[in-house]
Amino acid sequence: MFLEPYSLLFIVFAALLVFAAVMVVCSRNPVTSALYLVYAFFNAAILWMLLYAEFLSLVLIFVYVGAVMTLFLFVVMMLNIDVAVLRQGFVRYLPLGVLVLALMAGIMIVAIRPLHYVTSNSVSLMQANNIHSIGIALFDRQMVYPFELAGVLLLAAILSAIMLTHRGRPSRKVQDINAQLAASKADRLTIVNIPSKAAPGEEPSV
Amino acid sequence: MKKSAKSYTRSFLLWEIFVGLKLTLRYFFGEKITIQFPEEKTPLSPRFRGLHALRRYPNGEERCIACKLCEAVCPALAITIESEPREDGSRRTTRYDIDLFKCIYCGFCEESCPVDSIVETSLSHYHFEARGENIMTKPMLLAIGDRYENNIAKEKLADAPYR
Amino acid sequence: MIKQGILFLLPLIWIVIKIVIVLVPLLVAVAYLTLAERRVIGAIQVRIGPNRVGLWGFGQPIADAVKLFFKESISPTAASRKLFIFAPVISLAPALAAWAAIPFQSGWVLANINAGVLYILAMTSLGVYGILISGWASNSKYAFFGAMRSAAQVISYEIAMGFALVGVLMAAGSANFTQIVLHQHGGFWHWYWLPLLPLFVVYWISGIAETNRLPFDMAEGESEIVAGFHVEYSGMGFALFFLAEYANMILISALAALLFLGGWLSPFEGIPGLAFLFAWVPGIIWFVIKISMFLFLLIWIRATLPRYRYDQIMRLGWKVLIPVTLVWIVLLSIAILTHLPPWFN
Repeated sequence: MFLEPYSLLFIVFAALLVFAAVMVVCSRNPVTSALYLVYAFFNAAILWMLLYAEFLSLVLIFVYVGAVMTLFLFVVMMLNIDVAVLRQGFVRYLPLGVLVLALMAGIMIVAIRPLHYVTSNSVSLMQANNIHSIGIALFDRQMVYPFELAGVLLLAAILSAIMLTHRGRPSRKVQDINAQLAASKADRLTIVNIPSKAAPGEEPSV
Repeated sequence: MKKSAKSYTRSFLLWEIFVGLKLTLRYFFGEKITIQFPEEKTPLSPRFRGLHALRRYPNGEERCIACKLCEAVCPALAITIESEPREDGSRRTTRYDIDLFKCIYCGFCEESCPVDSIVETSLSHYHFEARGENIMTKPMLLAIGDRYENNIAKEKLADAPYR
Repeated sequence: MIKQGILFLLPLIWIVIKIVIVLVPLLVAVAYLTLAERRVIGAIQVRIGPNRVGLWGFGQPIADAVKLFFKESISPTAASRKLFIFAPVISLAPALAAWAAIPFQSGWVLANINAGVLYILAMTSLGVYGILISGWASNSKYAFFGAMRSAAQVISYEIAMGFALVGVLMAAGSANFTQIVLHQHGGFWHWYWLPLLPLFVVYWISGIAETNRLPFDMAEGESEIVAGFHVEYSGMGFALFFLAEYANMILISALAALLFLGGWLSPFEGIPGLAFLFAWVPGIIWFVIKISMFLFLLIWIRATLPRYRYDQIMRLGWKVLIPVTLVWIVLLSIAILTHLPPWFN
């Protein structure tokens, strides 16, 4: 019996997603963990693509995989993390972890049951323009204030983070690129005309 | 050092970059100076110092008299000479080796030779394929001299007015 | 059941054939782009360039490929083996995958998706992983420096590039490449390079930075960090990085042609005599000519400009290019709202 191609793809990528998620926790090297997280994001994006949510799926890759995880990986590679210390007590806290996991899974199963959603058939989903509908949702009356508010909040967060961490020491030596670019030939070079005449028997002095 | 409005305009219009691009484009269409080696060669000076040779007089007698001036002057100690009297009593070399790995092609041997025997020809394309081939022995040097005598004589003649 | 199986497989085979039809000319183009680059740079440097293998050096790419193929692949002792081998692959894969959304002519496209521009952005943003992983897995400080530089640079310029593309999306009202090209209908002066000129320039600069080409090749920086992220690679691994770089060059050029120079549209549209004269030329020819123009420009710029200093690159990306795009997007929205002729009426 042949499975429907899309179901088959869903099963394959869902299995890969679960595998990648498990490997994030279990791998021995923090860089490998981060790369498995990237892989997990990638698989999640493919699952969203199978749901015809192409815009969100591509944004997931573009933002999370392309930018956030790159910076994350950047930091993880620079830090010399001792994994052995981090992994201490893995077995001791395992029961608690499994409990939390079961709780979360239960809540999600209860909360995201199909009966909470009006299931629309996939054909109409396919024809709808993702970007258009998301744009309508975000900038139309229903969501525009929360959306703009979230934007302002994030901007404030960025500014405060920069203000808190960016303390330039007065003794710091930095290049002023504006000054460097503004430099012209006249600022650096003066051409002095020195007569080349020298007294007989004397070295010409400069 | 305040930037003027002119320099701001220029940097936003990428002025300097366009000037640079114009320059490189001119060279792109310009004449190329590459010399396509096996077909074309650079001109050689008559003083070019290449592979060594031992010359003979026109009557076939070898010029070298084993004075060992070249051996003495050689800064790289590349020349080894052994000599014995020949049957006719003249002083001749029995061995005249040049190690081309040691040789720095300074041309001192040629300058020091009182009889113009050892010379450096304009041959520059030669190679070794086995260990030991770098030692040029007396018969090899003489053979090179015999083969390129015309060339060598012509180069000496061309260089003579300047010496 | 067998019939069902065939029905399931046939479209799959057809897709594979289409992918091959796109990728084989692309890889041939990549091979000959290396030759073109060497010849053009040679000409600019008053040399001739490789002209020995075959007629005009046309055998040179093949000779290079054979040489690289038979070279030994060396991996450093303390390298992370799996990632070391994986890195060139992940570097090349997105560069090729991105071609799925590129239309070569009206209807000649592998996947005519609505979010085509986003798809391309997503794919190009994946390319940095190849560099990052190779730099880390090599366990070499030079490779690591290269990876760090490249990661920071690519992320910075992705933002400027994204904003430049936002301008195109606003102007065309669509993220689908075919739609974008069709919106530019009407001849040379209707293409987006003119109303979006600053965005075009910003796109081109950040495109060069994204592909790690001179003057932004900090990741390689031969004179400071020898060859950056791929110092430790030899043979096929090196060849794959090379392929990825040149495939990305072609991709960036194709995008520039599609978004700003009207893709496969003829430049003589709307001019009475010439439009009729060139009506027989298929669109793909125009497209290829435009791509070649941009590729020449890339090589030309490489031969002209020296490498930027690192802090200058960062300054240019964040403090010059992004503000320029933001200002122009505001002006563009005003132009669109007022239906400024001839582009937005």
